Amino acid sequence: MAKKIFPYLLLVPTFIIIAIFIYYPAFQTFKLSFYRMSPFGNRLFFVGFQNFWSLFTSGQYIQSALTTLIFVTVTVIGGLIISLLLALLLNERVPGIGVFRTLIFAPYAISPAVAGTLWAFLLSPVAGYVSYLFLILFKAQPQWLTTYPLALIAIMIATIWKNLGFNVIFFLAGLQSIPQSYYEAATIDGANSVHRLLRITIPLLSPITFYLIVMNVTFTAFSAFATIDVMTQGGPANTTSTLIYKLYQDGFVNFNTGFASAESVVLILIMAVFTYLYFKFGQKAVFYQ
Amino acid sequence: MKKNKMIRTILIEALLIFVTIIILLPLFLAVTMSLKKPSEVFVYPPTIFPNSFYIQNYINAFNSINLGRLMLNSLIMSVVIMIGKTIFGILSGYAFSNFRFKGSSLLFALLFVTLFMPAELIMIVPLFQIMQSLHWVNTYWALTVPFLASATTTFLMRQHFMTIPKELEDAAKIDGAGPMRFLLEILIPLSKSTIGGVAVINFVYAWNLYLWPLVVTNSNEMATAQIGLKMLTNVESTSNWGVIMAGTLMVLAPTLILFFAVQKLFVRGIVTTGLKE
Repeated sequence: MAKKIFPYLLLVPTFIIIAIFIYYPAFQTFKLSFYRMSPFGNRLFFVGFQNFWSLFTSGQYIQSALTTLIFVTVTVIGGLIISLLLALLLNERVPGIGVFRTLIFAPYAISPAVAGTLWAFLLSPVAGYVSYLFLILFKAQPQWLTTYPLALIAIMIATIWKNLGFNVIFFLAGLQSIPQSYYEAATIDGANSVHRLLRITIPLLSPITFYLIVMNVTFTAFSAFATIDVMTQGGPANTTSTLIYKLYQDGFVNFNTGFASAESVVLILIMAVFTYLYFKFGQKAVFYQ
Repeated sequence: MKKNKMIRTILIEALLIFVTIIILLPLFLAVTMSLKKPSEVFVYPPTIFPNSFYIQNYINAFNSINLGRLMLNSLIMSVVIMIGKTIFGILSGYAFSNFRFKGSSLLFALLFVTLFMPAELIMIVPLFQIMQSLHWVNTYWALTVPFLASATTTFLMRQHFMTIPKELEDAAKIDGAGPMRFLLEILIPLSKSTIGGVAVINFVYAWNLYLWPLVVTNSNEMATAQIGLKMLTNVESTSNWGVIMAGTLMVLAPTLILFFAVQKLFVRGIVTTGLKE
């Protein structure tokens, strides 16, 4: 008997935690999204789909969704291309490659908030080196963090930079798992290096690329909160306010619980679609090592 | 042919040096800025190297936002989360890897879907309400308990335990060792580097948390180092970048040092868990 319950006992701590802090809040989110709180926060009124209705008719929410879409698309595609190029370079067998790898992996340890302050500094008008470089190169000195669309571009740069370490580590691991013999055979058949890249490397990297896309999208959409909060706080005129930033503002600055819960439900549904896609196409990548 | 190869190596080497410098330049410029006197910060055009070695910026960053306390809070939070996630992950991973029991695939699926449900981000409003009803707002409980278990650590440990030969378990059984003793005396010692990698990743993840500590703490006593960066940019209203960069580097130092110290474990942990942040 004791033997039979043993595996369940092992699972108890994990399931207590996720039940209280993931499943219960998920249930609450759905529930609250159908209610509105009284002005003093002591009573709940059932309002049906009204929160969702005001959500989808809110210009600010639509703007925030579009901002997120643009931000995530550019950051993920740009970041992955740069990371793949870096990984190809780091896959070369030249002296000292280990040192280069260690150094280029380093941004992994950097937090989104740290990336935010660093780039806020580099892009600042007087002391910032990037602004100065711009002045020399283009004879222009834009106000990066307070002008549209530059503020969003600034956050993209900081996020891409911060993500490099993680992406490069994965791409490099993927590259190293491709058997050398494939390349040798292709070379004998007369394929040049561009052909080898397009016909062998990129197709064989596709499981890892898929995995990285999923991770980067979720990471860029959510964890970039800290970068945004440090650099622009959603401004100028909400042009850097992504869905998660707006959720925070509605929930904890405007105290609009019902509205914020409806926003949460939308995010949960988006993540559910992602989970489905991940299972459908990403199985190989999950067990990749 | 040989000459071509050498030219190629030199070109690659040069390119590597160039991109490494570009990527690490922000950190380098932060270091030089952090050593500039206030009078040097806004010298125009900006100079790279400071005239002085102005350590006072670090002291000012420490004093202006109580950074010592914030870093202590981050340390407590990160160590507790690291230990909790790792221990609970080992236990649940062991359950899924070495036992057959009713409902195991259902429980596994229930755990798996949480991978895509970062509650502290997308369900932050109800999660905060739970903290309120537990009277945990502005306490270490709120900073740590919701993060003590995770699907990622469970899966990684499960996958790792599955690679350990079944014969070992049979041999242990014959010797009369129970399942707990087998875990503690055989499985865990055989998994040191995987456990180490996971622990380090979990530490960095916790250290870098931002939105949750921002929402759930409301005093300078309980906030964390990452939140300190926001405070620092607000306090330094004249944007004394010297002080802000000094603070930034201190907040970054623990994870960066850890990264360089145990880089092998780290990369192993990242590639096997795929855990971000």
